[in-house]
Amino acid sequence: MAHTIKRLSVEEGLFAVFLTALAFACLAIAAKAVDGVMAFHATVGLIFSALGVFLIFNAYFKRPADVDETGYNLGPIKFASVAAMFWGIAGFLVGDIIAWQLTFPALNFDLEWTSFGRLRPLHTSAVIFAFGGNVLLATSFYVVQRTCHARLPGRVSPWFIILGYNAFIVIAGTGYLFGATQGKEYAEPEWYADLWLTIVWVAYLLVFLGTLWKRREPHIYVANWFYLAFIVTIAMLHLGNNISIPVSIYGIKSYQLFSGVQDALVQWWYGHNAVGFFLTAGFLAIMYYFIPKRADRPVYSYRLSIVHFWALIFLYIWAGPHHLHYTALPDWAQTLGMTFSIILWMPSWGGMINGLMTLSGAWDKLRTDPVLRMMVVSVAFYGMSTFEGPLMSVKAVNSLSHYTDWTIGHVHSGALGWVGYISFGALYCLIPWLWNRKKLYSDRLVEWHFWVSTLGIVLYITSMWVSGIMQGLMWRAYDKLGFLEYSFIESVEAMHPFYMIRALGGLLFVLGSLIMAYNLWMTIKVGEKAEVDAADPSLVPAE
Amino acid sequence: MSTYETLANFAQTWGLLYFVLIFAGVLVYALWPSNKDKFDEASHMPLRED
Repeated sequence: MAHTIKRLSVEEGLFAVFLTALAFACLAIAAKAVDGVMAFHATVGLIFSALGVFLIFNAYFKRPADVDETGYNLGPIKFASVAAMFWGIAGFLVGDIIAWQLTFPALNFDLEWTSFGRLRPLHTSAVIFAFGGNVLLATSFYVVQRTCHARLPGRVSPWFIILGYNAFIVIAGTGYLFGATQGKEYAEPEWYADLWLTIVWVAYLLVFLGTLWKRREPHIYVANWFYLAFIVTIAMLHLGNNISIPVSIYGIKSYQLFSGVQDALVQWWYGHNAVGFFLTAGFLAIMYYFIPKRADRPVYSYRLSIVHFWALIFLYIWAGPHHLHYTALPDWAQTLGMTFSIILWMPSWGGMINGLMTLSGAWDKLRTDPVLRMMVVSVAFYGMSTFEGPLMSVKAVNSLSHYTDWTIGHVHSGALGWVGYISFGALYCLIPWLWNRKKLYSDRLVEWHFWVSTLGIVLYITSMWVSGIMQGLMWRAYDKLGFLEYSFIESVEAMHPFYMIRALGGLLFVLGSLIMAYNLWMTIKVGEKAEVDAADPSLVPAE
Repeated sequence: MSTYETLANFAQTWGLLYFVLIFAGVLVYALWPSNKDKFDEASHMPLRED
């Protein structure tokens, strides 16, 4: 029998060298840090890099010489799925805490670390980038492997991406609590965290492209197009919106290259496309794989999915200026943003119809399968929030809705309803597949999750509609002498009951996510094994 | 004409053409009769068990 000599692969060696160099760089920065947060983050970076080197060599010493790497690579996907659940609960919880803070301001306990200004970016980043990001990483790695019949390239790279991304989350999140922020909405992390994310994201792009390159199917499935658009565009947005110069490489503070309205435009080009490509394109990829799979029906119209894809990615990128109506931005640029937002109705609803109609011939499953119902309701919320968004981008409507709670309600119908539910649906599918379980621990608990969360979402968005429109109307009310009818604080007082309802709705959503976490945990712990070993599939293309 | 006006005119005319052409191209690709079988097969890709 031929004996294979165990060797450290080039990839393992390069990652080990890179992480060792990074550990020394972190050590140097920690030693000379000019502020406490940098000292702390450099130390965290040192520990994580050293841990990475340890993991590479630990895996090397443990594996046999002729390691079997023919099946799908599921380990990193398992990690990202569990991480998504963990960050999801944390993010929802922080969101509800700040909802109660808005209702009862004393709940910030007069501490800087727990003030609304610091917890709010912690909430948004935790739900969008930590929860949503891990769901996208997990599902994209799963879908691209299954639909290409190819294993993710690299032994270390997929793990580097998943662990490196979560390290970024830890750096970003702790930074917010300690007051490190560059003050850009949804792009708060400072320069060093941005640089790290760039490295991780380039690795992600390369591994994704590598899997497509290795594919044994001639056609690239539409979900992979959406994932690719998400990865490429987020790279572009991240680089464009974070052009900043640090004061010192030993400190956290940096300054943006752009200023004034140019900076605002770049920020909302970034901000709106984070919605368009992170929270929409990526999750549409989930829709195009998981709904057909769960309903056991082909995509309703593949042709429509192609038009949907190209129209969506070419139009979304221009809609950002609607965040800057009635500002110093030139009028024509505002109108351009509004026009493109309205044109977006078409691809958005085309996609929604495609998702919903995939159930034709299988509508009865909505009654029996709560997971499928969750995903279908998610697509319905997608339709609702992509109708509401263009409506609010119309200047006349925006003059009423802007700066009010209507915006918050709109965002959450998209975030809780669309992104949340499609992610929950995907995780309910993915966990039994990854851990080779016959089915979920309990369908009844999924029912409970569905109804408790749906009630929560309804309370959230209806209270914000009422509160937002009320705010808008109070701010523009004049008496017969031409004076403002209400002082600002009167509008704040009037919002109190609606803030109570919103916080209660959020609490129900958190409760739902806890039910889900328990259900998924029990599925992994005590779930019945599936007969066919799904964890060891052969990579032969289908006939 | 100022640089601003030149750029605005360029964007307003050629921009329109650019979007119309892209959209037409996508429609032609999606609806091209000989692509039908390929797309019908692709719509079943998630369902194939391996």
